[in-house]
Amino acid sequence: MTLQHYLVISAILFTLGIFAVLTRRNAISILMGIELILNSCNLNFAAFSRFMTPPEDISGQIIAIFGIVLAAAEAAVFLAIILAIYREFGSIRPNEVDTLKG
Amino acid sequence: MEFTLKTFIFYGFALITIASALVVVTVRNIVHAAFSLMVTLFGVAGLYVFLQADFLAATQVIVYVGGILVLILFGVMMTSGRLEMRIHIERGQLLLGGVVALALLMLLLTVIANTPAWKNLTDDGTELPPTTERIGELILNGPFLLPFEVVSVLLLVALIGAALISRKEVRD
Repeated sequence: MTLQHYLVISAILFTLGIFAVLTRRNAISILMGIELILNSCNLNFAAFSRFMTPPEDISGQIIAIFGIVLAAAEAAVFLAIILAIYREFGSIRPNEVDTLKG
Repeated sequence: MEFTLKTFIFYGFALITIASALVVVTVRNIVHAAFSLMVTLFGVAGLYVFLQADFLAATQVIVYVGGILVLILFGVMMTSGRLEMRIHIERGQLLLGGVVALALLMLLLTVIANTPAWKNLTDDGTELPPTTERIGELILNGPFLLPFEVVSVLLLVALIGAALISRKEVRD
């Protein structure tokens, strides 16, 4: 296993996340795409920490843990906003929520 | 690289991760997508184990699979009626999004293949000591103490905000 193996896996996960965010018309599916993107970032942090720094330096892993915590906070706020939008509009399709559209 | 059991398992995890992520972004039923996301998260946890990040792998399983995924399933339950279970996709956007995603993938793969500093960095297979103790030292008694406190306050703020936003009605 080389560093490039992990980077390729992470790049594929990132691209799939971007694809989900671009094409899906459901807010929760978009959240799943964002989770894929965050996972690919954390995988990159862990991989670079393993291969590019001396083995006793694990600060990359700690950054990845912070990333997981931020993903949890983001998911909680995202779903709260989705619930509020659903109550207001009766739908969670992003293109139907257009109050601020000029 | 000789083909040992370890590389076989590594490619298995990589394949599971990518295949289930592909299912997450293509399947029409949102509940199926959520359960496929669970497989993806487990696959990434397995890759963390291969990177000898044991604490990170455990955190991934506990927080992502045990927390965020349950949150997503609750979100599906409360916002999607029987009609909304199928994810609506427009054809033009599918084409355009696919082109953009493919171009991005090509760009990333080119960068990965051509960066000299990232070449020939192989896993020599040495077993490192468990990371939990060192992570605890670094977070609670080291350079990451301030970020740790900041992120815990941020988590508290986010949870209070989420509870406030999703409340039934805000009294004046």
